[in-house]
Amino acid sequence: MIDVQNVEKTYQAGTTMAFRALKGVSFTIQDGEFVAIMGPSGSGKSTLMHILGALDTPTGGKYLLDGKDVSTLSDDELADIRKNKIGFVFQSFNLLPRTTVLRNVMLPLIYDDQIPAEERERRAKGSLHAAGLDEGHYANLSNQLSGGQIQRVAIARALVNDPSLILADEPTGNLDTKTGEIVLGTFQRLNKEYGRTIVLITHERDVAEYAQRIIYIRDGLVLEDSKNHKQRTSIS
Amino acid sequence: MTTLDMLQETYAALSANKVRTGLTMLGIVIGISSVIAMISIGQGAQNSIQQSIQSIGSNLILIQPGAQRGPGFQVSSGRGSARSLTQADADAIAQSVPGVAAVAPEVDGRYQVNARGTNTNTSVIGVDPNYPTVRNVEIDTGNFITTQNLTGLSKVAVLGPTTRDDLFGAGADPIGQTIRINNIDFTVIGVTVAKGGTGFGSQDDRIYIPLTTAQRYLAGNQYLSTISVQAQDTSVMTAVQQQITTLLLQRHAIADPTLADFSIMNQSDIVATASNVTGTLTILLGAVAGISLIVGGIGIMNMMLTTVTERTREIGLRKAVGAKRKDINTQFLMEAVMLTFTGGALGIALGWSISFLIQYFGVLQTQVSLPSILLAFGVSAAIGIVFGYYPARRAAGLNPIEALRYE
Ligand SMILES: Nc1ncnc2c1ncn2[C@@H]1O[C@H](COP(=O)(O)OP(=O)(O)OP(=O)(O)O)[C@@H](O)[C@H]1O
Ligand SMILES: [Mg+2]
Repeated sequence: MIDVQNVEKTYQAGTTMAFRALKGVSFTIQDGEFVAIMGPSGSGKSTLMHILGALDTPTGGKYLLDGKDVSTLSDDELADIRKNKIGFVFQSFNLLPRTTVLRNVMLPLIYDDQIPAEERERRAKGSLHAAGLDEGHYANLSNQLSGGQIQRVAIARALVNDPSLILADEPTGNLDTKTGEIVLGTFQRLNKEYGRTIVLITHERDVAEYAQRIIYIRDGLVLEDSKNHKQRTSIS
Repeated sequence: MTTLDMLQETYAALSANKVRTGLTMLGIVIGISSVIAMISIGQGAQNSIQQSIQSIGSNLILIQPGAQRGPGFQVSSGRGSARSLTQADADAIAQSVPGVAAVAPEVDGRYQVNARGTNTNTSVIGVDPNYPTVRNVEIDTGNFITTQNLTGLSKVAVLGPTTRDDLFGAGADPIGQTIRINNIDFTVIGVTVAKGGTGFGSQDDRIYIPLTTAQRYLAGNQYLSTISVQAQDTSVMTAVQQQITTLLLQRHAIADPTLADFSIMNQSDIVATASNVTGTLTILLGAVAGISLIVGGIGIMNMMLTTVTERTREIGLRKAVGAKRKDINTQFLMEAVMLTFTGGALGIALGWSISFLIQYFGVLQTQVSLPSILLAFGVSAAIGIVFGYYPARRAAGLNPIEALRYE
């Protein structure tokens, strides 16, 4: 479903300085894969994720999502793709402050006129269940949750629009090892039981090893792309 | 995004920081309420002035001695100093000008008046029996001045209700009592009905005495200070005014109308002049209030800009989950409009209360008009759109990646 062909991204810093964050990246990802993109800080992982998630367009090369060339689309067309196909889990949780868990999870759905209000709540509860958050917390405000719970809400929100692709940028970056494992277990479950395509971005090998395949990038280039033969599984 | 969603989002956003929302709204509340109150005061003043002009009579033409000054209020010190109008002029008008219903000559002056130890300084007007008809005066108790009083130079007086209150106490019956005007004794024979209206020379604070008595004992001459002419109806007023002018010029042997020794004006001139003045007053009050409304609008803009900056990450998030430029734009615009609309509604309520209180405490008869309410509503919505437009556009134009990265 993802076909990245020689993608480049050049950031224009000021008038003269230009920074090449991606220098020609190519790979494909099939439906239902669980892939980790790994690399040191500043290697271009987030930049790549923004392009994969149709938040940004490449400055060179081609990006085909489900056969459609995303690099040439307008802002509004990109928004439509994000709405229908993509679920983001951001590194910093990015929940709406002082808003209930349920409303946070329903947020992506209010921009979709096709979904009636009752349906939204049903779907939000479904994805909260899939993300493994206790029902007792659904009515909590976002600032009344623990870090792990917040991350689960963020995952539930990424699931609610029934996306074919889930992108997670350092989802465990702010969590302790234990909670991090639980969250990673959630991703594995979503991948196995619900058949979602998952792209997990991290700079830690431990975390990357939960995926089936690891793409290693450095200085804007793919260094290594291999199957992960010793996939770790979470205890949960 | 459905309308209900939009309203919920807007409510959530506005109630997130209640103090700031409240203070920002206060700017609009003050602006709108002062617009409503000021316009109601202006219109109230306009109505009360027009009413008091109507209450001096109908289809009235007033002739006064002195040079023509064009339509407008005569400065009272100018009166009496010019001596040009006489009883003969009044009689001539009554006899030879067609379309005249009645003529009431008068002479007035201010004198010291006392009765049983109380005293007051008030306007004493010498009139003839036509006066009540022409000038819309009604008698409450007793009688008005009669032809016999006039021919007999009777020392009788009819009091305005305010004068009666001043001299004898509120509601007292002064008929048959004696008052001293300028040290001459007069017997009270009647009291007129209150006409209301304050300022502009209240018509209730007056004493009427026979014209001849006034000329002989008070003024000491035969001249008149005003001739009030009532035309048969409105349509003939201009013609009557014209003919009176011609007649008087001829009687006073003046060839050049610009040198006339009298001035003549009709009620509609006075109404027009007064409306002009109060209209300007209303515009002035409205403009001052309008400025405060604009200041309120700038407050809204300021708050919305702050909000957009504060909620940059939220905007980035919304865009990341599929909100389009238009969705963000509408949401922020909606917040601004909601703010001004609620502020506008509160402002209308407050402005209405203010003008009600002004009326309640008898300062002025105010009038809140529907157009001013509609105007206020329209203006507040427009202010929301105008001052919310730029912040909303800024929000909608944010790049989602940069917005998410924003600290
Ligand atoms: N908007 C931008 N303008 C200029 N340079 C940028 C911009 N965004 C990113 N970069 C640069 O591109 C490079 C890659 O950035 P990116 O955020 O993709 O790194 P990363 O691999 O996600 O790093 P980390 O693991 O620390 O999150 C960095 O050197 C960064 O300085
Ligand atoms: Mg990053």
